Amino acid sequence: MTWLFAPGFFASSPVHVALVVGGISALVCGIVGTFTVLRGQSYSGHALADLSVTGGSASFLANISPLVGFAGTGVLAAGVMDMISNRQPRGRDLATGIVRGAGLGLAALFLYWDATSSSTTGATITILFGSMFTVGNDAVPLVAAFGLPALAVVAVLYRPLLLSSVSPELAAARGVRTRLAGLACLLAIALAVSLAAITVGAILATALLVGPAAIALRLASTPGRATLAAAAIAVAATWLGIVLAYDSFTWPPTHDGWPVSFFIVVLIFVAFVAAQAIRPGRTLRARGTTPGSPADGMRA
Amino acid sequence: MFAPFMVNAWVTASIVAVIAGVVGFFVVLRGAAFVADAVPQGAFAGAAGASLLGINTLIGLGVFALAGALGIGWLGRNARRDVSTALILVVMLGLGALFLSFTTEYSEQIFSLLFGEVLGIATNEILPIAVLGVVCVLAVGVLYRPLLLTSLAPESGAARGIRLAWVELAFLVIVAVAASMTLPVVGALLIFSLMIGPPAAARSLTSSPLAAIGLSVVFALVTVWVAIAVSFETNWPIGFFVGVGGAVCYAAGRLAGWWRSTRPRPSAADQAGVVREQAGLGPVGQP
Repeated sequence: MTWLFAPGFFASSPVHVALVVGGISALVCGIVGTFTVLRGQSYSGHALADLSVTGGSASFLANISPLVGFAGTGVLAAGVMDMISNRQPRGRDLATGIVRGAGLGLAALFLYWDATSSSTTGATITILFGSMFTVGNDAVPLVAAFGLPALAVVAVLYRPLLLSSVSPELAAARGVRTRLAGLACLLAIALAVSLAAITVGAILATALLVGPAAIALRLASTPGRATLAAAAIAVAATWLGIVLAYDSFTWPPTHDGWPVSFFIVVLIFVAFVAAQAIRPGRTLRARGTTPGSPADGMRA
Repeated sequence: MFAPFMVNAWVTASIVAVIAGVVGFFVVLRGAAFVADAVPQGAFAGAAGASLLGINTLIGLGVFALAGALGIGWLGRNARRDVSTALILVVMLGLGALFLSFTTEYSEQIFSLLFGEVLGIATNEILPIAVLGVVCVLAVGVLYRPLLLTSLAPESGAARGIRLAWVELAFLVIVAVAASMTLPVVGALLIFSLMIGPPAAARSLTSSPLAAIGLSVVFALVTVWVAIAVSFETNWPIGFFVGVGGAVCYAAGRLAGWWRSTRPRPSAADQAGVVREQAGLGPVGQP
């Protein structure tokens, strides 16, 4: 097996932490991501991941715990997005974009204010692109603090969320408070991507949120199976990416290792293209032409 | 503020604002906010690649922006648009992470590409930006009617023999060109604010497309001019003022829209008539 697992892989402490922290982040993102994709909120997920730069820079400036900064920004941004959105897909994307733009503008200002040292520009790059091997041991409780509430929301609201994602009219008829369910879902997305952004970087947060769920929804036949499959695909891609990144320390040109995020993103992308080749089903709901059966809306 | 070394900044930022205002109108009209966000951010990875190979940044930006736009169109043929956009974006950013890991000296340059830098523009950089800008506006002019028609009434457009897929592709390419020329000035993370804030405000003030494009350009120009002036006075980063300016435009537009909705206004049929007239269609009722 040395062709896959380079010598020292199982003995390395950073690798252990990366496997645990990356694995949990991937698990949470995969599960929450199923609802993100079902509801067509990939853009909100991406914007919230980018906004973690604002949270990071704000907590740096105010000298508070990054945990509070990340979670606070995520929840605040999700709340504002929900408040100003008019709940039509176009208007929602517009509102998302405006919040993202204003948030990143603030990030530019915060970074300027604490940019007396060059380390902050490095911090931006780290938040955006992430580096899993630099995650410390202390990240494990942090991961739990973010991941558990996100999973709890999905677990408690599983059925109403599913119903209001696939068919808002039916959900409303059954007495589901769709607006509240939508807000709860957006908050769960915010927690999941903040968790992923703080541990593995904003690119991977988007990738792990959208990719595995899109693959799973294309292949699985029921929402429950899709949720489990998304979690499994996310964890598998993350772990395989970590293995490859560890192997790449012997690769040219720098012999300093290729970034983990590159491997994970490429694995997810290839898997999505393959899934699309296997099941080239059209998305009825996204095109908005035919009101198909609830199961049709599931195809991502 | 108007010192010789600032002239380039004023000229370039004004060109950028005109492009963002014109292209942004169609971004808002088509509900393509995510695409307009993803293409510049992904193109940023191309700049990292260009600096790795030692070639002109603008070439790297252009290649990646085009590849990203075409990739979104290709992957989006039978997948949800938001999913395909997100996946293409993360692949480009993943490549960017790879390029960045191959170079050692990046922080300053990358930071300015992310958040924008108006002061560092050399005179010989203005010409390519202006040429690309003219190309963009000309392309929008040529495709004006198909773009408008397929955005407002896709079925009617299809019935008139307009190939929806080609118009969509052309639109993505226009966004890509606009993104790659405006990115170095306003920054990968914030160019998009300029592309949606002012047009969204313009759209809520008038229902006539041409007037909306004009207003959108005016709002975008005012936003960047104010941003440069205040940024010059305070020395704060221009990205902050552009991001907040975009949000202010949007908020003002929403307020104006709310104010208009509380007052008597022309009926929906009248408004549709205006739109159809501008799109070169007959009165309501004709195909």
